[in-house]
Amino acid sequence: MPKEYMTIRDVVGPLLLVEKVTDVKYGELVELQFPDGSISRGNVLEITKDTALIQSFEGTRGINTTQTRVRFVGKGMEVGVSKDIVGRVFDGLGHTIDGGPEIIPEKRLSIYGEPMNPYSRDYPEDFIQTGISAIDGLNPLVKGQKLPIFSGSGLPHPKLAAQIARQSQVLGKDEEFAVVFCAMGITFEEANYFISEFKRTAAIEKAVIFINLADDPAVERIAAPRVALTAAEYLAFDLDMHVLVILTDMTYYCEALREVSAARKEVPGRRGYPGYLYTDLATIYERAGKIKNKKGSITQIPILSMPEDDKTHPIPDLTGYITEGQIILSRDLHRKGIHPPIDVLPSLSRLKEKGIGPGKTREDHSGVSNQLFAAYARGKEAKELAVILGEAALSDVDKKFAKFSEEFEQRFIQQGEFENRSIEQTLDLGWELLTHLPRAELKRVREEHIEKYMSKFMKEESKEEKELEEVKS
Amino acid sequence: MEQGIIGKVSGPLVVAEGLTNAKMYDLVRVGKDRLMGEVIEIRGESFSVQVYEETIGLGPGDPVYTTGEALSVELGPGLLESIYDGVQRPLNVLRDKVGDFIVRGVEAPGLNREKKWEFKSVAKVGDEVASGDILGTVQETTIIEHKVMVPPGIEGKITKINAGEFTVDDTVAVLEKDGQKKEITMLQRWPVRRGRPYKDKLPPHTPLSTGQRVIDTFFPVAKGGTACVPGPFGSGKTVIQHQIAKWADAEIIIFIGCGERGNEMTDVLMEFPELKDPYSGEPLMKRTVLIANTSNMPVAAREASVYTGITIGEYFRDMGYSVALQADSTSRWAEALREISGRLEEMPGEEGYPAYLGSRAAAFYERAGRTSCLSKDDREGSLTVVGAVSPPGGDLSEPVTQNTLRVVKVFWGLEDQLAYQRHFPAINWLQSYSLYMEEVEDYWTKEVDPEFKKLRTDAMAILQREAELKEIVRLVGVEALSTNERILMETARSVREDFLQQNAFHEVDTFTSLKKQFLMLKVIMHFHEVALEAIEKGTNIKDILEAPIRERISRIKFLEEKEIGKLKDLLKDISSQFKASRTGGE
Repeated sequence: MPKEYMTIRDVVGPLLLVEKVTDVKYGELVELQFPDGSISRGNVLEITKDTALIQSFEGTRGINTTQTRVRFVGKGMEVGVSKDIVGRVFDGLGHTIDGGPEIIPEKRLSIYGEPMNPYSRDYPEDFIQTGISAIDGLNPLVKGQKLPIFSGSGLPHPKLAAQIARQSQVLGKDEEFAVVFCAMGITFEEANYFISEFKRTAAIEKAVIFINLADDPAVERIAAPRVALTAAEYLAFDLDMHVLVILTDMTYYCEALREVSAARKEVPGRRGYPGYLYTDLATIYERAGKIKNKKGSITQIPILSMPEDDKTHPIPDLTGYITEGQIILSRDLHRKGIHPPIDVLPSLSRLKEKGIGPGKTREDHSGVSNQLFAAYARGKEAKELAVILGEAALSDVDKKFAKFSEEFEQRFIQQGEFENRSIEQTLDLGWELLTHLPRAELKRVREEHIEKYMSKFMKEESKEEKELEEVKS
Repeated sequence: MEQGIIGKVSGPLVVAEGLTNAKMYDLVRVGKDRLMGEVIEIRGESFSVQVYEETIGLGPGDPVYTTGEALSVELGPGLLESIYDGVQRPLNVLRDKVGDFIVRGVEAPGLNREKKWEFKSVAKVGDEVASGDILGTVQETTIIEHKVMVPPGIEGKITKINAGEFTVDDTVAVLEKDGQKKEITMLQRWPVRRGRPYKDKLPPHTPLSTGQRVIDTFFPVAKGGTACVPGPFGSGKTVIQHQIAKWADAEIIIFIGCGERGNEMTDVLMEFPELKDPYSGEPLMKRTVLIANTSNMPVAAREASVYTGITIGEYFRDMGYSVALQADSTSRWAEALREISGRLEEMPGEEGYPAYLGSRAAAFYERAGRTSCLSKDDREGSLTVVGAVSPPGGDLSEPVTQNTLRVVKVFWGLEDQLAYQRHFPAINWLQSYSLYMEEVEDYWTKEVDPEFKKLRTDAMAILQREAELKEIVRLVGVEALSTNERILMETARSVREDFLQQNAFHEVDTFTSLKKQFLMLKVIMHFHEVALEAIEKGTNIKDILEAPIRERISRIKFLEEKEIGKLKDLLKDISSQFKASRTGGE
């Protein structure tokens, strides 16, 4: 029988201080019954001999100190899972909100999970083809990786994320991904975009959706990603599924954390975020991975919007330190009308070296990717120089690089929202673009690969040139 | 042993009451699951305890037990090839016990109690021995001979010494002093927060060769020295740490993954048993101890992990080995300090970090050094410490970087701009420094080539000058430069691209011996001299810049160590090629 108290002393923001409690545990789940009869949930943040500090997931509006009942449930926050969760929509605490029946749980799992033993982990090295050249070719995603998208307000990250979810596949195997989608603090329209995308492409049949919208209680956002990841772990490691987890938007999650921290009057770290933000984020991101001798895997794509597009803001900064790379969206490219506006130079996939190459993608992948990077960087530098000194100041070679970088953006990065390029197409496109550069400059690709993969485009090119010349003459 | 009760729980911090004789930094057991914790503050009758495991489910009234002992590590045969968490629980044993996820409250001793080791005695009955003297040896792995030493603080005459197969708990020798008998086992315990004793600390004089050109030639660290690698995310800190762990010519490697990614530790775990040590030809794992406290594991254990690692390092140093320790990343350790400090409601210093951050960091790095070990045989050991720092936003003015720079002698500053250009290792050559240059240059003169020092200085000067010239080019274009300056720019580019840049994932390029580094730099600098001479004699700059031999220079990094003779041929060819082109021009 849960103990019930009516001894709330203080209500501060999302926090309650309850007095005269006995035998309460740290982290215990709490049910709050408001004077109007509605029920909210919370958990114990701090416990002393006779007081408990509680955060209410569903806010504190309507709470008073005299009529509100506090019940300690005697266990931590849990979520019920079974294979029927696939295809369903839940709120941030794991209640169904799609009008269907409640889930009859096969298991109840703590939402905090447990840390994966590093010794049990299997190194992620299976290439995932997302069909997007800027990702597959240059910053490839591998199974079990956590690769965030750093975006900004007004940039098309929902489209990109939906495209990744729609197109992702493991090459050579008939493996499809189940998607766990967790919305934290995003607008109804954005959430609706994802859900209707999933419905339209029938992806919903393999998706589990958790929704906490902008007008839902902020503190519920602290639980939402954990609930979603608990479901993902169940799907991956109990049901052997490959799970792609999309968490959006992590910025709002961190703000909820800051809200609670401020209410507790904790000493703030940078920009008012709590000092333990890194650790807290790590307990979310590190739940991605693969386990030896288990079939399933969890690949995470967290999305966060960088306040003022500032990469050094604590949220993207700490995220970048935990995740295995980042995909950065650029406002400049977006203004130029390039979709997806992926800024490839500062983007990075740390696991790429192990996930590409012969047997996985193609032998020339690493070389082409390095060459494209280097050439694009040099081309952009040349273009900047041209802005200051005028085009005439560039050497002939630099002019070629500048032209290359333009073409690269227009043809390689640019692709349709529903265009699914195979990795061969992506690499061939890369080679084709490289033909515009003097061959002596191609230092990062192997000679034999130039022969094998680039020569076919060279011929066409020279043929075209000849034709042009003929026309001219 | 005494029992008290919990009065308060706040995250990883538990306040215990009803204890009387617990001391600061004593190990206590918390709750029914007997979770490990450490006393970090005493106020009257309240003892603040940082708990090394998740505290969810603990509550007031739960028991707390004292152990009367400080947090210690177990030292003895079996350390090598292990992977531990921050409080020395072997992760492979934990997996066998509780599965793929770490459940709290699980216990496992640091050293295997069942395994028998072949102990060969070195000392004899009747020998007078004291702390640090070697009693016998155990072949721990194919390359490392574990020396079983008399534990610190013990001395006497050997009355009995065994030989044969023993577990770490078995008595291998008996010492007698003033009629008191003392049994010695191969296992020692040592509190992690106290440095192990040594006879003398000596100044470092030998470079730690890492096979990384920018480090060994430009910013070397000495054996027994300290270095730090600060850099924003994505600039390649971890790759540098891994490269040092793989290729450093230290006999023992301690790698501490402190609050970092789980997959990175897995990478090390899967790669090290396969990679061959370039010096012994044996798998790298045979000389390595891994400490993995990933970012999602409990925060207090992360704070302890660097101490666990360095104590194990000191133990091997005491045997007379050169040890290289990498801590990735010390910022996470500092953040753990900050979190606990916040929970203790201490007055914060800068950015919420506790005021004692500086002294804690200094105390940690000061445990590095070249030492003459306790013992009669005057053996020397060294412990080199390389700490990664993860400054928020890449801002080096933040407290952890600043406090680290105050104590370390070598600074490898990583820059994200270089990383974007895929210039790896992304160590900024203008910002970084090494205060071991003098010692190392003496070593080079003796062991590699007397010319090395001058080459390095000249190359550095060229890189400096390039930075100035680049400004001019940016403002007024490349035409403003004289021909000599243009040659210099080209040489600087060659130093950067053909020497400084090194591909950690290329089978040959990943490691370069000192000898080859010298020759490579010599080739580049020789070309520079010859080119300047040629200009003097009226050769067209275009002919120099387009000389086919430059293509060969750009491939020198891919020459295998055994093809080192080709570099000497190249040196000759550079001189003659230009003579030829000159005569061709005339």
